[in-house]
Amino acid sequence: MDPLLIDLRGDRGRQRRETLVRRTFLAAAVFSVAISVAIVVSLFGEAGAFLNKIDVSQFIANGWFPRRGRFQVMALVAHSAIITGVAISVAVPLGIGSAIYLSEYARSGTRRLLKPTLEILAGVPSVVLGVFALNFITPQLVKRLFSTAETSNLLAAGLGVGILIVPLVASISEDAMRAVPDSLRQAAYGLGAKPWHVSLRVVVPAALSGIVAAIILAISRAIGETMVVALAAGNAGILSVNPLEGGITLTGAIAALAIGSDQVAGDNAAFQSLFFVGLLLFVMTFGLNIVSERFVRRYRQRY
Amino acid sequence: MISRMPAQQLSVPVEGQVGTAPNEDEGILVARDLTVHYGSFPAIKDVSMAVQPNQITALIGPSGCGKSTMLRCFNRMNDLIDSAKVTGGLTYHGVDLYGPGVDPVQVRRHIGMVFQKPNPFPKSIYANIAFGAKIAGIRSGLDELVEESLTKAALWDEVKDKLHESANALSGGQQQRLCIARAIATSPDVVLMDEPASALDPIATLRIEELMTELKQEYTIIVVTHNMQQAARVSDRTAFFNVSISEDGHRTGRLVEFDDTTTIFTNPREKSTEDYITGRFG
Amino acid sequence: MISRTAPTPDLVQAALAGRRFRLVDSLLAGGLLLSLFSSLLVLITLLADTLRTAAPVFADRGLVFVTAPLSADPAKAGVLQGIQGSLALTLFVMLIGFPLGVSAAIYLEEYATDGGFTRFITANVRNLAGVPSVVYGILGLALFVNLAGGLTNGRTIVSGGLTLTVLVLPIMIITTSEALRSVPATVREASYGVGATKWETIRHHVLPIALPTILTGTVLTVARAFGESAPLLLAGALVTNFFQPSADASVVQLITDERYTALPLVVFNWARQPQEEFVQLTAAAVVVLLVLLVSVNATTILLRDRFEMKSLR
Repeated sequence: MDPLLIDLRGDRGRQRRETLVRRTFLAAAVFSVAISVAIVVSLFGEAGAFLNKIDVSQFIANGWFPRRGRFQVMALVAHSAIITGVAISVAVPLGIGSAIYLSEYARSGTRRLLKPTLEILAGVPSVVLGVFALNFITPQLVKRLFSTAETSNLLAAGLGVGILIVPLVASISEDAMRAVPDSLRQAAYGLGAKPWHVSLRVVVPAALSGIVAAIILAISRAIGETMVVALAAGNAGILSVNPLEGGITLTGAIAALAIGSDQVAGDNAAFQSLFFVGLLLFVMTFGLNIVSERFVRRYRQRY
Repeated sequence: MISRMPAQQLSVPVEGQVGTAPNEDEGILVARDLTVHYGSFPAIKDVSMAVQPNQITALIGPSGCGKSTMLRCFNRMNDLIDSAKVTGGLTYHGVDLYGPGVDPVQVRRHIGMVFQKPNPFPKSIYANIAFGAKIAGIRSGLDELVEESLTKAALWDEVKDKLHESANALSGGQQQRLCIARAIATSPDVVLMDEPASALDPIATLRIEELMTELKQEYTIIVVTHNMQQAARVSDRTAFFNVSISEDGHRTGRLVEFDDTTTIFTNPREKSTEDYITGRFG
Repeated sequence: MISRTAPTPDLVQAALAGRRFRLVDSLLAGGLLLSLFSSLLVLITLLADTLRTAAPVFADRGLVFVTAPLSADPAKAGVLQGIQGSLALTLFVMLIGFPLGVSAAIYLEEYATDGGFTRFITANVRNLAGVPSVVYGILGLALFVNLAGGLTNGRTIVSGGLTLTVLVLPIMIITTSEALRSVPATVREASYGVGATKWETIRHHVLPIALPTILTGTVLTVARAFGESAPLLLAGALVTNFFQPSADASVVQLITDERYTALPLVVFNWARQPQEEFVQLTAAAVVVLLVLLVSVNATTILLRDRFEMKSLR
């Protein structure tokens, strides 16, 4: 046979190795899909079992007391909403303000000094912030301002979660603002606009979809936060809209069921409510993330 | 050394090379109605040409005429693009290059490539040259291979004392000669060059052209160039490609004329060739 | 507005004069800087308060605190098992998560064609990165503790490690993908040009170039996992003062024993204790946690900067 033809056929061993390598990497990639499937299956499975056992009246019962068969989900949602509201009202102004400063005003020296602050804050574990909320924010801030506040209160937890998500809001907003092309700024300056015109009336509106994405992502993160809430907001099952009182949230309910001192494992409804709440949480955050991604794609596309 | 038949044994003897009509059927690389589609649009259509051994063949034409696409067909680099589809025939020493039993990876050891912008690996000069041999499983004789390749690329004297330094420390012209040395280290018999001197200054360009003329004694060289004077200076045969634009704006390249370089530049047969040569377009 | 009279130098001067000191601008810049500073302020307050509260513990017992085992008695309690657990979990995540994450990223960046299937996987990974960590904990509970209980032996450190691995995997895939994408295409072209296969190209050229970035990204991600507690809470780590994991068990015992804990969970547990002394202990444990985290992060960032400077030369 033509020796060239043989040579052009290539080394079978080498080709086999290529195929093997490719298949291994493919398996790893497919595994990530398996994780999603596992999450959905484990949540839906047990949540379904829970719903079968439960009667509708238990959902509108007074308060969330799983061991007594009262599953007022509204209480969880309300408490989560209050904490998220407090967190967002803290994180959005501080985060966006920091982002505007870093993107539009800071000189490179100041930037190099101050940006690490946000990065360090981003690295603080949530449990540390929970301890901070419980042992500092509540006694030194909340109780000093509002003498009627309880030791476990939604306000302190909300503030703690807010501090936690400031870096997230800041970094995504800053990315969005830096993506705004300089030509827009220069056009504005060229028309004689003042600096605050340029940053507030030109850059921020141009970066708006990115900023909105940041806020939505922050909401999602706030809803999903567990440790700060478990430590600072308490486990009060009764629905309360007073931020000075404590209240159990969606994530708090999950945590409480997991560490319940009477081993509530197994088949009973109280334990299975954990999966139901988990499913709610998953659906909410998933939905918010998808919406946020739409906004990210919009601002990435424009530039 | 990498086992292969020496170029001389494999070349198909053809009589009366110089001055014969283009589109002959025999040569070291023969294309027959070669067409390349990217997705559903043809980038080049129905190209037939035969490249002769130990010559420099230049591909010229205006931008978008598909000369780089054509070049990349010869070493199956178009395979790397998902949407590319090659139809028609392309043979190498009579063997169908796109045949079922042919491994594109092996093709590239026989048909080497030098790119437009010098792209040495971020390794030492020695490692750059030795890489091709190492993946062919060759462990011994690397020192000699490196010296031989660098000598043929007219770079040995300048780098022999710093073989283990980073290739990135070399000048642009030196880097390109290193890339040439790297390409010939796999003992190919064809070397493809995609505008090899376009990123270099005039003096470095001249050195590359001199090198090409030297190398053609041992290798067959196909070079894409947008510089007509360069094609006129170095090549033995020249292929002129032109681009036609369809109603919806898609560009398709075709081979217009392929002949000895002197003929193309002094007495072309096609009007579009003459227009291009004289600078009326492109 | 410059009037229609002839532009004498005085008129031009007057027209061009503006106030160099603008009130609104200064206020705004000041306000914005304040928002940045408030983060700094919070950070400093956090650190100061923690150190102040923790000081007595270290003054009394010094570094013994770090090496002493857990105990219900606040005077004796140390964080030993917490550190052991956290280190073991971190190692687990690195050993299993790193190859998995890098492999998946290599497939997505180097091998996958741009089709619907690939886009599906990429979108899936992005979505997973946004799922709250507590949901991963639920997954760990349902899958690793309960379903695969035979293999993992229930609420063991293996289940916890697997849960954490699954948590960080999406982020590792994303950071590795970015690192691979930043390798210039010309390197791959040159490698293919001399007749290398795809794997040879990745192995000899793409990976070595991308590796420093991949490693720093991985270490930073794993450091974040170090501080995670919600998933472990769900996956069965201990958060009581009783039933302590044994401080000097053998490696086999550690893996199969249904008792383990991690440093963030020690913090969590102590924070919930009513006794006054535990407030100080909690702060001390936080100090240890932060010191470990900061040293890992700082070292990684320093190394990354050094690597980046080397490649620029």
